Amino acid sequence: MEGLLAYLVFFLTFAGIYALLTLGLNVQWGYTGMLNVGIAAFFAVGAYTSAILTAAPNPAHMGGFGLPLVVGFAGAMLVAAVLATAIGAITLNLRSDYLAIASIGIAEIVRLVLKNEQWLTGGVRGITGIPRPVQGTGFDGPLILLVVLGLVGVVYAANERAYRAPWGRVLRAIRDNETAARAMGKNSLAFRLQAFAFGAAVMGLAGATYANVIGFISPEAFDPVFATFLVWVMLIAGGSGNNRGALLGALVIWGVWSGTEFAINHLPEAVVTQAGALRVLLIGVLLQIILVLRPEGLLPGRPPPPIVDDQRR
Amino acid sequence: MELLQLLLYGCVLGSIVALGAVGVSLTFGILGFANFAHGDLMALGAYVAFLVYVQLALPFWVAVPLAMAVTALVAIAFDRVLFRRFRTRAPVILLISSFGVALILRSAIQLIWGPETLLYVTDLQIAERWLGLRYHERQLWIVGGTVLLVVLLHLFLAHTRPGQAMRAMADNPTLARLCGIDTERVVLWTWVLGGGLAAFAGIGLAMDTRLQPDMGWFILLAVFAAAILGGIGKPYGAIVGGYVIGIVMEFSTVVLPANYKPVVPFAIMVAMLLFRPTGLFAGRST
Repeated sequence: MEGLLAYLVFFLTFAGIYALLTLGLNVQWGYTGMLNVGIAAFFAVGAYTSAILTAAPNPAHMGGFGLPLVVGFAGAMLVAAVLATAIGAITLNLRSDYLAIASIGIAEIVRLVLKNEQWLTGGVRGITGIPRPVQGTGFDGPLILLVVLGLVGVVYAANERAYRAPWGRVLRAIRDNETAARAMGKNSLAFRLQAFAFGAAVMGLAGATYANVIGFISPEAFDPVFATFLVWVMLIAGGSGNNRGALLGALVIWGVWSGTEFAINHLPEAVVTQAGALRVLLIGVLLQIILVLRPEGLLPGRPPPPIVDDQRR
Repeated sequence: MELLQLLLYGCVLGSIVALGAVGVSLTFGILGFANFAHGDLMALGAYVAFLVYVQLALPFWVAVPLAMAVTALVAIAFDRVLFRRFRTRAPVILLISSFGVALILRSAIQLIWGPETLLYVTDLQIAERWLGLRYHERQLWIVGGTVLLVVLLHLFLAHTRPGQAMRAMADNPTLARLCGIDTERVVLWTWVLGGGLAAFAGIGLAMDTRLQPDMGWFILLAVFAAAILGGIGKPYGAIVGGYVIGIVMEFSTVVLPANYKPVVPFAIMVAMLLFRPTGLFAGRST
């Protein structure tokens, strides 16, 4: 019973981290139609930034600076947003395919830096001893889960607010008809940059959360399959453009992903060594099924109704 | 002399990238999406050749055409089952779907052949020397095979009806359709060419390095960069782009740590997008 509860806490904590990533992608893809295939890069940059800022000093990598977690989280969001602004300034006024291609380039650079720049990131050995938000209470797991869910709640509220605001409306206009949006005098590049940086900051926050929850990070954790592909499947399954859909997608797909782990562990031993590949294959097929049968996702994005001005009626 | 050596290696890598980039450029131009599964099609070709040459112990000249045919058929199958359904929808859906196809191919390769590194020839090969240049015989085969395929590609594109229809569609799909070109036929030819050339490129990559399930993912960025450099929808441009990328990647080791070689195509691509977004030969930018 206790083991099951502990697993449930672990499951929900990870679902929460994925929910943050999916909410970040929703601003970029769901709201604005920008294809970011380098989610892993922003996630990793956030994780390493927070790890370096908050961990105790260690000669194996830069820092740590032993700063409070709040500083680590804010730093993670800032660095991810700055990276997004730099790459966005080059690619966002080109067609969306180019952004997708450029974003895998960014992910590749980040991956190589994590692996090779030992003075900065500790190389393949990564960073250990990253402080957790709650330590030594006896209820660490559940309390950390509360912190994660709190962050998800804050980001969800911010996303919803942005969606209803005129800012979100302009993003949708750019997504659906950029020429018309520009004809209305909207600087589409500026709006896209803001949305791209906003989404990346949320992904950076997810990275910081991951680092400070797990307490240990290494380049392997930021494999594009887990950090990029799964998040895309989550958002598309849940419903692009819909924040509740993003949350639901993260929960459902994380459930499917974890469920396949259970299922595969019951298969013959020869297959179990290949379990990772089999799971990726299943998720790849699942994505195609969703795209064919229900491309709008479980909860399709529905923009709020237009604001009716009572006095003019 | 060291620079000449790098030029030779650059031509080998350039051949591999160029053949991959032709397929990407054609699918991009004709179907309107960046095919993220193209690198994994290359890997599939390499592994099918491994199956025929090593596991079935048939001659290499049987393995190569067979691998090209199988890869083309797999590409067509994915088009029939998936991509065709998305053609009427936004092109980005195709891109996302191809991202999924890439992972399906990669994990299928890993399930069939295992995650280990494989080689076509396991015994040690000593580099030969000629005028102070080091080279392997297999590298000459890669470059020679590429030249032959490029000549055949040129004859096909310039002198046959399907080839001309393909170029017309890559150049301007709407106009091509108005002229009564059978688009589905052209799409079929696109996958035949793209898949076949990808397989050869993958075999070349595996000969030059080794077989790994994720080999296609790591060459994909260079292939995309070459296609963009050459101008989308311009197969000849893609070939030039491929050699530029390959040669610059090898030369970069003079100034950059070799670890960062995979980043070079990205840097070239960013410079290109900043200064000449239509590519060297004025392909389409939108």
